[in-house]
Amino acid sequence: MKPAALLSAFFSAIFFATGPVLAADYKIDIPGQHAFITFKASHLGYSFVVGGFNDFDGKFSHDPANPAASKVSVTIDAGSLDTNHAERDKHLRSDDFFDVASYPTISFDSTGYQAGPDGDRLTGNLTMLGVTREVAIDVKHIGEGKDPWGGYRSGFSGNVEIDAADFGLPQWVGKVLVELNIEGVRI
Amino acid sequence: MKIELHNTAKGYGWIAIALHWLSAVIILSLLGLGLYMVELDYYDAWYNSLPWLHKSIGMLFVLVLLFQVVWRGVSPAPEPLAGTSRLEQRLARLVHWLLLAITALIVLSGYLISTADGAAISVFDWFSIPATVSAIPNQADNSGLVHRYLSYALIALVVLHVAAALKHHFIDRNNTLRRILGIADR
Repeated sequence: MKPAALLSAFFSAIFFATGPVLAADYKIDIPGQHAFITFKASHLGYSFVVGGFNDFDGKFSHDPANPAASKVSVTIDAGSLDTNHAERDKHLRSDDFFDVASYPTISFDSTGYQAGPDGDRLTGNLTMLGVTREVAIDVKHIGEGKDPWGGYRSGFSGNVEIDAADFGLPQWVGKVLVELNIEGVRI
Repeated sequence: MKIELHNTAKGYGWIAIALHWLSAVIILSLLGLGLYMVELDYYDAWYNSLPWLHKSIGMLFVLVLLFQVVWRGVSPAPEPLAGTSRLEQRLARLVHWLLLAITALIVLSGYLISTADGAAISVFDWFSIPATVSAIPNQADNSGLVHRYLSYALIALVVLHVAAALKHHFIDRNNTLRRILGIADR
């Protein structure tokens, strides 16, 4: 354990001896739209298609002094996918791909958080197309602090590579890189 | 002269008087807020809260405007004052009508700016007005131009409206201003 972590654990033990450490809770900044869930998939092996989900919501709790206690839950409206092409989006919403009519939401609920020297690792259950699988997302805590408007914010970026076939998407889609840029406002 | 609830042939009733001054306070507040908030720097403490206040007041103002229109139908305006020319009477009617129409269009264009991407407008975090129209080409920018220039036109009309009221009061020395203030005739 590093000296700083040791010190913080020591003071946490003194100050919070009567109860568990209370991590700060954050709501993803949907009203201000400071949160982005984007994906990048190969097109024929020649280039990439980049898109995202426009409607999602969620919250997380994070305490820099005790990152292991971090928790995240996010719900995505699958029908809000957007690749800047109405006909392709319609096809992606159909039962050839996301089958939005049968599976309107995609959800993620964290199960663990490990801090590391070169970035952190967030594990959790991703449910998509009715299939739940554990995924491990590489995350980086970008920063936190007061905003100019009376709030307190904390933000992360993360990425995870998902094998489309694991969730019942066509085999040929291959690996999809999902990128997350999430800012939360303390509640 | 006793002021009734309804308008009479001779003067405005309390409801019309209250609606007029409520609208006056709201319109001046919204114009002031609007002119001030658009100049705020992103890092200003009021950058988010003043537009929120402006939108919340603006959306509630729709109810006042609707009531005003309905009340004009229910309780017609008093007859023009004796001694005013036909031209003045026509001009007054035109300006009153324009004030109402332009105000309504400003509120509508403001709504179209904020809902251009399909987001709802929160009214004091109390309830939300959903988006309806999001398909106008370049909707936020074009509605913004309409909102801005109609607001400038409204400011000019308000100045004209106030100047006319003062002219009637101090130069013509008639009861125009006293009628809308609910003060007895001289």
